[in-house]
This record gives sequence, structure tokens and C-alpha cells, in this order.
Amino acid sequence: MTLAGDALAVEVNGVHKVFNIGRPNRIDALTDVQLQVAAGEFVSLIGPSGCGKSTLLRLIADLLEPTVGTVTVNGKSPRQARLDQDYGMAFQQAGLFEWRSVAKNIELPLELKGWDKAKRHARALEMLELVKLPDRADAMPWQLSGGQQQRIAIARALAAHPLLLLMDEPFGALDEMTREHMQAELLRICAATQTTVVFVTHSIPEAVYLSDRVVVMSPGPGRITSIIPVGLDRSRDEGTREATQFYDKITEVREALRGNVANATDELSGIEDR
Amino acid sequence: MNVVSRRLRTLLPPIVFGVLFLSAWEGFVVWRDVKPFVLVKPSQVWSAGLDNLQRIWDAMQVSGGNALIGLIVGTALGCLVALLASGVRWIGELVNPIAIAVNAIPIVVLIALFTRLYEADSETPRRIMATLAAFFVVFVNVSRGLRQSSPTQLELMRSFAATSRQQFVKVRLPNAMSFLFTGIRVAAPLTVITAVVAEYFGGNRNGLGASISGFLSISKKDVGLAYVAGASVLGLLFFGFAAVLEYVAVPWQRTRDVR
Repeated sequence: MTLAGDALAVEVNGVHKVFNIGRPNRIDALTDVQLQVAAGEFVSLIGPSGCGKSTLLRLIADLLEPTVGTVTVNGKSPRQARLDQDYGMAFQQAGLFEWRSVAKNIELPLELKGWDKAKRHARALEMLELVKLPDRADAMPWQLSGGQQQRIAIARALAAHPLLLLMDEPFGALDEMTREHMQAELLRICAATQTTVVFVTHSIPEAVYLSDRVVVMSPGPGRITSIIPVGLDRSRDEGTREATQFYDKITEVREALRGNVANATDELSGIEDR
Repeated sequence: MNVVSRRLRTLLPPIVFGVLFLSAWEGFVVWRDVKPFVLVKPSQVWSAGLDNLQRIWDAMQVSGGNALIGLIVGTALGCLVALLASGVRWIGELVNPIAIAVNAIPIVVLIALFTRLYEADSETPRRIMATLAAFFVVFVNVSRGLRQSSPTQLELMRSFAATSRQQFVKVRLPNAMSFLFTGIRVAAPLTVITAVVAEYFGGNRNGLGASISGFLSISKKDVGLAYVAGASVLGLLFFGFAAVLEYVAVPWQRTRDVR
């Protein structure tokens, strides 16, 4: 792993993604997408429903393949990066395996990678420390709150030491207080592990608070319309949420999103202004 | 304490309803002077039940034994065939449509066919019927469990670079287990109904169903209904056992009730 300043974690080049080619329900999910994410960077993808933000994330994860164009993850094809478990993933639903204890959930990617039992259990306990749930190793998922489940999902995503974390609205189902707390925790964890993050969200404040850059996307056809550098200090705390610069950036992102909408003469659907 | 009072509150309405219903029944028969060969009083059924307690209990053991054998064999076969059908394409294409079709018809009528194939005093046709009843319910549920894993879980497995074999062992199979216990909960009382009703169609006179049809037809309605009560108790026992089994084996199902 390299952390040289100009090393690229993700490179997306001239990517188009079309679903249902040659059929009447054809969808141009992504058109001519260019994106570079530097190692260690935190980048958010934001936009209304149908703008292709989740599709873009899935192309990086090799859960989908581009129709045209190339995606590179840590200098490899996404497929190779997936097979090497170079990235971890977390979704809106924690997606914990109900029949496995919390520790066994975190161990699953390591188990699949062939780690021996003692080593992966030690790693699970280490990850539980990191997400501040050290005494829940033997709990079952259904005994945890939604926020705790999401922490376990993040712990699992980071267990195999990935260089890259891909997150699809991971805090979308949480209440506002838990959500702000989880955002702060995520930044702390990422700082501690030096992980690059690509983060899909509906929430403007969430994107601004977390990111180095916010990628604004627009639907019909899905595309990137602007990329806004946030330029806030990396060490963010609760004070950040009240800083003038934070509000200025929220306004800037909101206006970028509005601009899209004006062009598309569409409602600003599915964007949270909170 | 709080739990106990909450339990009581859920139990109270049906108990009150039951008592009111039986009182109204009793009162109606007395008030209109209904003849016993038309409708008997619940109190007569109660005393008939007490008089025949040992015989009803013996009949419960016969019918319950048939139902239990059917439940066990049917569940085992249901799991086995569901695994085969999900693993081997042609078996799946053969069995799935048949299972859907058979599930939509009252299979208990097939008993007439099976009784001809066995000795008159054989319990086997009834056990086959109970087995069939349990088989289809369990087969349909386990198949669904093998097919329907959460999309998030499947995407996660792909992101972990899991092979399809690992995906089967670590996700589809355990997921099917939770559907299996739901299937057993649905199948358990069904096997009792099937085993009892199967006795209406001839064969041995030793079970609940044979006694119910016998006593009801010879105008000993109080005794017949006492056997019906025995059948209800048996069905509830099967259901209760299966529900507890599910509660213990797949505790995460408590919050999501899948049929």
C-alpha cells in the first residue's frame, strides 16, 4: 500500500453505464463520468434519485460493469481489487448475518480470505474496540440498536485492512442524533486507519461535514455536474457544524444541486436539506 | 411482573370471548329447548369428555402419533427435495410447478386412493397423508429460504469475493434454516388436521377422526364433540411445540413474521 500524495485510489475514465440496452425501458444511468479519488481522500457522491450515484459506487466495487470506459481501483481492475478484498463495503441496511454473533459477523470476510481462527477473532475484538462496542462480541445482531448494527457493519467492512471504503447511504436509516454521532465516529475511524472513502448520500450537511470533495450528480441521464472542494480543516468536531464556512459550503452544494434541477426542470427530489 | 400483566392482557380478550360464547350456546339450547340430536349443551360435552377421558386420550395418542410421524418424515423429505431442487436445475423445474399446484388442492381427498393400497387395519395411509401435508409446506418454505436472501447480504458476499459454494454454505443455507422453522410451525397443526380427517375415510376405528365421525353420525353428539375438543387440544399442542421451537432456534424471526 502506498500513501504517496498523488497516488490514486480510484480512477473512473469516460464511463457510460446503460441498463436494458436495445429495449424500450433503456436507462442511461451514467454518461461520460470522469472521477479521480486520491489515496486517503474522503469523497461524497450526492444527487437526487436516479442520478447514478449508487451505480457509480457499484461500478467501483465490481458489483456492476461499465458499458463503456474503464474503472481502476488501486491501479488494478475493479474485479482484481474485489478478489484481493482491497475495499470494504457498507450499505444503508447493516446487512448483518442474523445467525452469526457480532464477532462472527466481523470475522466473515477474514474467514473467506482464509485467516486462521485465533487471528481473525483477535482482529474482530480489535475492530470492536475501534467502533467502541468492545463488550458486544458475543451479542446477536437482533440484540443491537440500529446505530450499533451499523457500527458492526463498518467494523466488518474495515476488518480485512482495506485501502478503500465504499459506503452507500450507510446512515440513511438512522435518526438525526445517531447519524451525527456516527459521522463523527466515521471520521475518527478513517483518520485512525488512513482509509480512502467514497460515500453516497442524500444529505447535503452530511456530505459537507464528512468530505474533502463533494461530487454533485444529476439525473436524466446520470452524470457529474460539478465537483466542490470543501476545504474545511480535516480535524472536524461538533464546532464545525456551526462554523460559517460549513454553512457557506452547504449553500454552495445546494445551489449546485438546484442548478441541475433548473436544467432538468424537475423537482429537487430525495435531497435532504437538513 | 410487567411481562406477566402484559401476557394476561393479551390472553384476557379471547378467554372472555370463549366463556361468553359457551354461555350463550348453553343458554340458547336451554331457552329454545333444542333437542340433543340437533345440538348439545357445552356442559354435556364437558361431562361426556370426563366420562371418556381415557378413551379420548388413547385416540389422541393414535392420531397424534400419525401426525408426528408425518411431520418428521415430511419435514425431512421437504428439506431434502428443496435442496435437490435448488441444486439440480431439472429437478427444480420438475418439482416447483407440481408443488405449487398440489398446494392449491385439498390433498386429503387422496386418502381414498391410499386406503385401497393398504390393509384395512393399516395406519400407513394416514401417515402418508400427514407426511404429504408437511412435505409441501416445508418444501415451499425451505425453497423460498434458499432463493430469497437479502440483496444486501448477497452484495456483501460478492464484495468479500466469496465463491458460489461459500455463498451457499454461509448465506443461503442458514437463511433457509430460519424459513424451515417457520415452515414447521405452519406444518405442525396441519399434520394433525390431516391425520384426523384422513380417518373419516375408513380404516381403523382407533383415532380421533374415526370416533368423531362415528359418534356424530349415531347421534351421540356430546361424545363426538368431546373428541373434537381432544383434536383441538392436540392441534394446539403441536402448534405450541413448533412455535417454541422456532422461538428458540431462530430468535431473530420474532420481529419479522414470514409465512
